Amino acid sequence: MANLSTQTRNIFWTIVGFVFIAVIINLPETIPVKIHFQKINWEHTFYRPNLNFKLGPLNFSQKYDLKYGLDLAGGASLLFEVDTSKVPADSISSATESLKTNIERRVNLFGISEANVQLSRENERYRLIVELPGITQLDQAVSLIGKTAQLTFRGETEIAPEATASATFADVFSEDTGINGSHLVISQVQINPNTGKPEVGLEFNQEGSQLFAAATKKFLNKRIGIFLDDMPISIPFVETEIPDGRAVINGSFDLPSAKALSAQINAGALPLPIRLVQQTYIGPTLGKDAIDKGVKAGLVGLFLVCLFMIANYGKLGLIADVSLLIYGLTTLTLYRLIPVTLTFSGVVGFILSVGMAVDSNILIFERLREEIRRGRGWNNAMELGFGRAWDAIKDANACTIITGFILFNPFNWSFLNSSGMVRGFAVTLILGIVVSVFTGVVVTRNLLRVFAREKLTVLATPKHP
Amino acid sequence: MFWKFKPSVDFSGGSVWELNLPSQPDRPKIDQVFTSQNIKLSSFSQNQTVYLLKFENITSDQKVSLQQQLQKLDPDLKEQRFETLGPLLGRELLKKTIYAIVLASLFLLVFIGTRFHDFTFGLSAILAMLHDALILVGSFSILGRFFNAEVDSLFVTALLTTLSASVHDTVVTFDRIRELKRQLSKLNWVELANAAITETIVRSLNNSMTIIFMLTSLVVLGGATTRWFAVALLIGVICGTYSSFAVAIPLVLFWKRKK
Repeated sequence: MANLSTQTRNIFWTIVGFVFIAVIINLPETIPVKIHFQKINWEHTFYRPNLNFKLGPLNFSQKYDLKYGLDLAGGASLLFEVDTSKVPADSISSATESLKTNIERRVNLFGISEANVQLSRENERYRLIVELPGITQLDQAVSLIGKTAQLTFRGETEIAPEATASATFADVFSEDTGINGSHLVISQVQINPNTGKPEVGLEFNQEGSQLFAAATKKFLNKRIGIFLDDMPISIPFVETEIPDGRAVINGSFDLPSAKALSAQINAGALPLPIRLVQQTYIGPTLGKDAIDKGVKAGLVGLFLVCLFMIANYGKLGLIADVSLLIYGLTTLTLYRLIPVTLTFSGVVGFILSVGMAVDSNILIFERLREEIRRGRGWNNAMELGFGRAWDAIKDANACTIITGFILFNPFNWSFLNSSGMVRGFAVTLILGIVVSVFTGVVVTRNLLRVFAREKLTVLATPKHP
Repeated sequence: MFWKFKPSVDFSGGSVWELNLPSQPDRPKIDQVFTSQNIKLSSFSQNQTVYLLKFENITSDQKVSLQQQLQKLDPDLKEQRFETLGPLLGRELLKKTIYAIVLASLFLLVFIGTRFHDFTFGLSAILAMLHDALILVGSFSILGRFFNAEVDSLFVTALLTTLSASVHDTVVTFDRIRELKRQLSKLNWVELANAAITETIVRSLNNSMTIIFMLTSLVVLGGATTRWFAVALLIGVICGTYSSFAVAIPLVLFWKRKK
């Protein structure tokens, strides 16, 4: 390496260092090593070295796992259409926001980590997307989330004593106070500071507070029934007038029943009706199966590509293969660091980009061959080859990136796709191209300069006259 | 001859249900369950214990009753996958796809035209690209008829990838023409084109071989769900390669000769 320029040498060692770090990041948590060879029986489990350190404002922690999208990890995705017809135009956005919050609360009841609720808009149509990774009881989730339960508050009316025996709830609580779910801001479980017992708190919005004040005045010392879809869930006594819209229901609650009631009250407070228009459920085994198959296919394909390169370009092919492996490693590391959520199509995008990564290398090599055929010296040919190939590499990859961007739809233009699957593919494609240009040009060039300075006459003989 | 597409649930709306039924109940029993719920089963396929059922778009209540009935047939029923989609959404997907293609074509036209200082290049590249798209779409029409290949949102992705791969390859060939023109401006267009093709064809083929290796491996070894996606990409890539010299270049020459 004596006659290499300092710059080349620096770049080389940077690449080596980088690969080292990348390998560590990509190692599985535990690496069991078992060597049973004739008389040697050696077993040891290596643990991935800890990479927890701070570098100025940056924090490096060890948990760099691959994130899998819904279709690989398993789970459900629900799409609801929101009915905004009964709401005046200027309050639509606040109504949809409170709808989103309400649904989030319902979703949280299931305790699913990484559950996701999103609003989306398509001209005049509003949509709600709920993602529940890892859920197994889909139908239960759907019925809770999708239920547009109507929450009403009805006051107790007098009934003649003869009719009491046969009176139904509807008869007794026949006076509608006008308060319904849209007036409720939130219901929360509180612990009474004096008694230490759990209570269910209610908080109404402005209009609701006024209605509630009137209702508590009217039904003072009587009861107000809280109905969810005509089913009473609680029938508290009105002890005092409540003018400020904040009330508590106390009684013989224990914590779980207080929570349940609060959840039910919250559930009923859907400000806008929603309708399920699409549901997708992927069982957990299907996803794992897909990953396994994808990995296998990727490895086999990679192997074939490596063979092909060596067959066609000899020793240079080997350098290209190393460059390709570095490409794969870099991309995987980036997936972990950014992080990129891998979907089915994303994995395919990655496999495809591996095939394309070799592209830049091939362009350079073919140019190299040509220059040698024209009689230039090796080193000269190498440098010229890089320069000439770069133009083609630049333009061609730019075109693919343009297409990738349109697929990715970064500005969420409503006339373009925003489905997760297409986006997952676009992300891996764009990332793949950017990294492949880098490894194809910088890494290959550097490796060639370091390892291939001698005249390799093997390659100088043109294979395709 | 136009065989119609086989649009999947993604476009026409409907439901797809993949179930694992270890006791392998036979088809008439499954049919009975569906008819009892008044749901039309539009497609049925069975691979040992794995059943793939397709039917119209249903509500979640209907699904629950279906599942209850099926569970009576086989208590060890396991749900692998369930998707249901209203028809409106399907049409949306189609619309969005067409927009994407149009937008991509416009951008690429401008980009290539500017980079090569010649809009005939841009136009020819786009036409070659659309030609590839047409072949892909047409071949899936045929495949749909004979092999039940489906057109779903992944296919759309494959379509768009084909477009970009085709352009990619075409651009590399054009780049060679551009360079040769700089060096040997005395040659007329036909000779230039010939020279360019001769020089780049090797590289083009080599390039595609690597992608074809990866994709073939995916078609063979990858799961059934990605199979048609990989096939679509494969067709697209092969088209993209040969279209660069068999379609784009002749088109350029065609325009040039008219001058």
